Amino acid sequence: MSASLEKGIHALKEVIDAPIASYFESCVHCGLCAEACLFHTETGDPKYTPIHKVEPLRRVYEREYTLLGRLKKMIGLSKPVTDAELDEWQELVYDSCTLCGRCSLVCPVGNDIVYMVRKLREGMAVSGHAPAGIRSATKNTVESGGPMGLKWPAVANVLRKAEESTGLRIPVDQEGAEYMVLLSSMEIVNYPEYIDALAKIFHKAGISFTLSSEAYEATNAGIQIGSSDLAKVIVSRIVDAAEKLKVKNVLSPECGHAYMAIRWEGPNLVGRPFKFNVVHVLELLDDLRLKGVLTMRDKLKDPLILHDPCQIVRRGGVLQAPEPLIRQVAENYIPIADKQKLNWCCGGGGGASAIHTEAAEALRATAFRIKKRQIEEAGVGTMVTFCANCRITIEEGFDHYEMNTKLLGLTELLAAHLEA
Amino acid sequence: MQGPLIDTLARQGVTRRTFLKYCATLASMMALPPAAGRAMAEAMAAVRRPSVIWLPFQECTGCTESITRSHSPTIEGMIFDMISLDYQETLMAAAGHQAEEARQNAMKANAGKYLLIVDGSIPLGQNGAYSCIGGRSNVDILKEAAGGAAAVIAVGTCASYGGIPKANPNPTGAVPVSDIVKDKPIVNIPGCPPIPVVMTGVLAHYLTFGSLPELDDKGRPKSFFGETIHDRCYRRPFYDQGKFAKTFDDEGARRGWCLFELGCKGPVTHNACATVKWNGGTSWPVESGHGCLGCSEPDFWDGGGFYKALSAPADPLKFAAAASVVGAAVGVGVSFANRAKKNKAKATHETITVADLEK
Amino acid sequence: MTDLQFLTWTRGPGLDLAVAVFLLGVLWRLIEIYTLGRKKDLAAPRHAPGASGLHTVFRRSLPPPGMLKRSPVSYIGGYVFHIGLAIIVFLGAPHVLLIKNLVGVSWPTLPSQFIGLTAVVTMAAMVLMLADRINKPVKRFLSTFEDWFTWAVTFLPVLTGWMATQHLLLPYTQMLALHILSAEILLVVLPFSKLFHGFTLFGSRWYNGRVNAHKGVPV
Ligand code: SF4
Ligand code: SF4
Ligand code: SF4
Ligand code: SF4
Repeated sequence: MSASLEKGIHALKEVIDAPIASYFESCVHCGLCAEACLFHTETGDPKYTPIHKVEPLRRVYEREYTLLGRLKKMIGLSKPVTDAELDEWQELVYDSCTLCGRCSLVCPVGNDIVYMVRKLREGMAVSGHAPAGIRSATKNTVESGGPMGLKWPAVANVLRKAEESTGLRIPVDQEGAEYMVLLSSMEIVNYPEYIDALAKIFHKAGISFTLSSEAYEATNAGIQIGSSDLAKVIVSRIVDAAEKLKVKNVLSPECGHAYMAIRWEGPNLVGRPFKFNVVHVLELLDDLRLKGVLTMRDKLKDPLILHDPCQIVRRGGVLQAPEPLIRQVAENYIPIADKQKLNWCCGGGGGASAIHTEAAEALRATAFRIKKRQIEEAGVGTMVTFCANCRITIEEGFDHYEMNTKLLGLTELLAAHLEA
Repeated sequence: MQGPLIDTLARQGVTRRTFLKYCATLASMMALPPAAGRAMAEAMAAVRRPSVIWLPFQECTGCTESITRSHSPTIEGMIFDMISLDYQETLMAAAGHQAEEARQNAMKANAGKYLLIVDGSIPLGQNGAYSCIGGRSNVDILKEAAGGAAAVIAVGTCASYGGIPKANPNPTGAVPVSDIVKDKPIVNIPGCPPIPVVMTGVLAHYLTFGSLPELDDKGRPKSFFGETIHDRCYRRPFYDQGKFAKTFDDEGARRGWCLFELGCKGPVTHNACATVKWNGGTSWPVESGHGCLGCSEPDFWDGGGFYKALSAPADPLKFAAAASVVGAAVGVGVSFANRAKKNKAKATHETITVADLEK
Repeated sequence: MTDLQFLTWTRGPGLDLAVAVFLLGVLWRLIEIYTLGRKKDLAAPRHAPGASGLHTVFRRSLPPPGMLKRSPVSYIGGYVFHIGLAIIVFLGAPHVLLIKNLVGVSWPTLPSQFIGLTAVVTMAAMVLMLADRINKPVKRFLSTFEDWFTWAVTFLPVLTGWMATQHLLLPYTQMLALHILSAEILLVVLPFSKLFHGFTLFGSRWYNGRVNAHKGVPV
């Protein structure tokens, strides 16, 4: 109950750095970034222009860190950023930005706009301008271990079921394992098949792995809401557990934001490099494929396209693994024009899928038209992806538009066709 | 020596035919219709020569030289035959009080009708003491002489715009005729020196039509000063092709390339040199390999240097180094303030808890 | 003040002042912006071919895939007027001479007719860009006074320079003086407006490229 405007401005003063200064000074108002953002392309509304979404950050930068801005402030020419303004911007900073980073790819002067949105959220969060949905997800993750409030006994239960269905052992808290496996609540609840798939693949490859009863949840709502302190609390659990178990690698689940949180933000949040590697499950799989372990019993015949989750591919750097893997298991993979780092977001990233207001849901549905178009243009009935959050958003989209497209998870698909 | 001009000319062996041809040329130079040439010839041949008083002030006599120093007697020389020159210090035989008397007489006899020609600028400093004739300051004499004149012709850049005496820092407080004479028509014939035929043209116009020719906004006859040197320069094609002489003796200079980079002020100079040429059409400055100095324009002396190209800075940059130092200092200052502010923000950071998310 | 005095002023004290303000502004702003610091990225880097700050500095000069089709006016108009300006400023004989006088280096130049033609094309592209800014909802929405102002400040030197050489509207001397004056205004405005992107875009592209290269993404 202590969020305040002052805290918000204070937080922004802490995060504004040379790149942000350079970006704001470079912007020529060409509007090209709007052409890269699905919230603008699908609605046509200019307020969804990416650089406009970070206007409050620009104003704070100008007032606090430029001489001209300081002078303007002194003579009253520049008005302070207000609560009302931040309130107005909440929709722009959260509902209509999935931190997908596509805008950062096109700006002609080189502005990394998503970098700025992420920083602006630091101020939005502590000034009380984060959407209720993301707030409660963050609260749940910090207080009870996961965004859905899932406790270990429930997870252990799911693991037991996986052991039963696969007939394979799933070790827990085993020291010195090569991989410590992280999950996301969404996978545990909505796609438990993922766990079966992993168990099969590890056993086939003969790689030791374990789960930690202290840190099984990889998603990090702290990053989505934009609070580094809270994100640090969440990520520290994983770091502590991994170091306690002395594992070589931590395996990030498919979930994109989880990967972003642990792989890229993690060391910066705890303030030191990790003593273990963070590996995305697709990186591991591709490695196994190259080693010849990942051989398929048969291949899927259906023509299909791939949806590259933003946080794993464009923002996470897992650029090369997905395509060879899908080709490994699918006979009729159709590469689309905007693929890989150019792929269009599903519309639910950056915490957006946790916002359940009517307006946010309607906006997400509108933004989803870009995915719908991609599927229709490719003329396929199947789409494959590798992020639990994307999957939920895409399923929602399919429902909304009453599409009967099939949606598959890449890891599961591979596991289902794996040679026994 | 009063009497129709044609008689005087005949005595000097100038045939009617030659005179006609000359007038036709003059008319065409002044952009008048061909018929005007004939009208001019007739008018000038018949007219009684007007009385002219020529006052020399702060000058170098170059203007007079320009008009009189044609080695073979040219038709420009006839200018002195067109008029009755009642006072001209350099040319007149009389001197001292005798000369002053001649001027007074002419002024009285032709009050309101005579033409006043002035060369040289008028110094106003020290009450005009810098230049006096017969104990009277130039400004005094000018005011008196202008009072009875029908029109004033300022010959040369000094009389027209102040010229070299007015050049920075203008020690004598020199001013042009137009700063002193406000109530008479003035024609400026600038040039350092001016082109002789312009003089003849203006006089012919006056004699023929009884009026002064059309002037531009700097008081110059449009017909001679309507175009720039650059507009009519025969080196122009080289300018357009970007072929420039870089020194006075390089390959480009030998090939007659454009002199822009050597400081030619042709592009901003209005004068007739490029078409009329000098010394009876022999050549003109640019043709002989030197850029135009801009002598027919006000303040040409202070235009940043004769050998500095128009697009080059007129003066060396004085503030650049200091400004860079100040800029860097301001930058460093802001930088320190920024860092202090940011460090303070970081130092006073309060760890965020979930409670901080709610208002 | 006569037109020649005006011209001499613009070539002398005016230029001196403008260059001084320009240098002062550029240094001040550059230091102000780039000393704000940034955190070192502690995550283990991933290396990928084509991913680095320098790569992005160059790569961003070309439209990313698909963008040309989405915004042809911005790209084509933008290219034409930027390249046009560069040709005029860096290959026009009087300009090269000025540069030579100021910094001591020079290079071959292009014929004045070609420069004149380039100016016409450049102005056409700039007018097109202006129309686009008025027409396109996003651009109009983003535009502030500064956008219109900097457009004018950039357009005027081209227009006056071209009009001077074509002897339009005003006598050459006056037009030339106006041309130099407008260029001086441009110099003064540049460090304190979005025109400063001419300097900072290298930094911005580099940062963006650097940050993403750390993750192995060529952007
Ligand atoms: S990160 Fe994605 S959603 Fe956010 S502004 Fe950029 S393009 Fe739009
Ligand atoms: S694309 Fe870049 S320069 Fe253009 S408006 Fe967006 S942030 Fe500004
Ligand atoms: S020499 Fe002088 S007047 Fe002739 S073209 Fe070159 S710049 Fe113009
Ligand atoms: S070329 Fe230029 S400087 Fe030479 S006389 Fe003619 S106008 Fe005067």
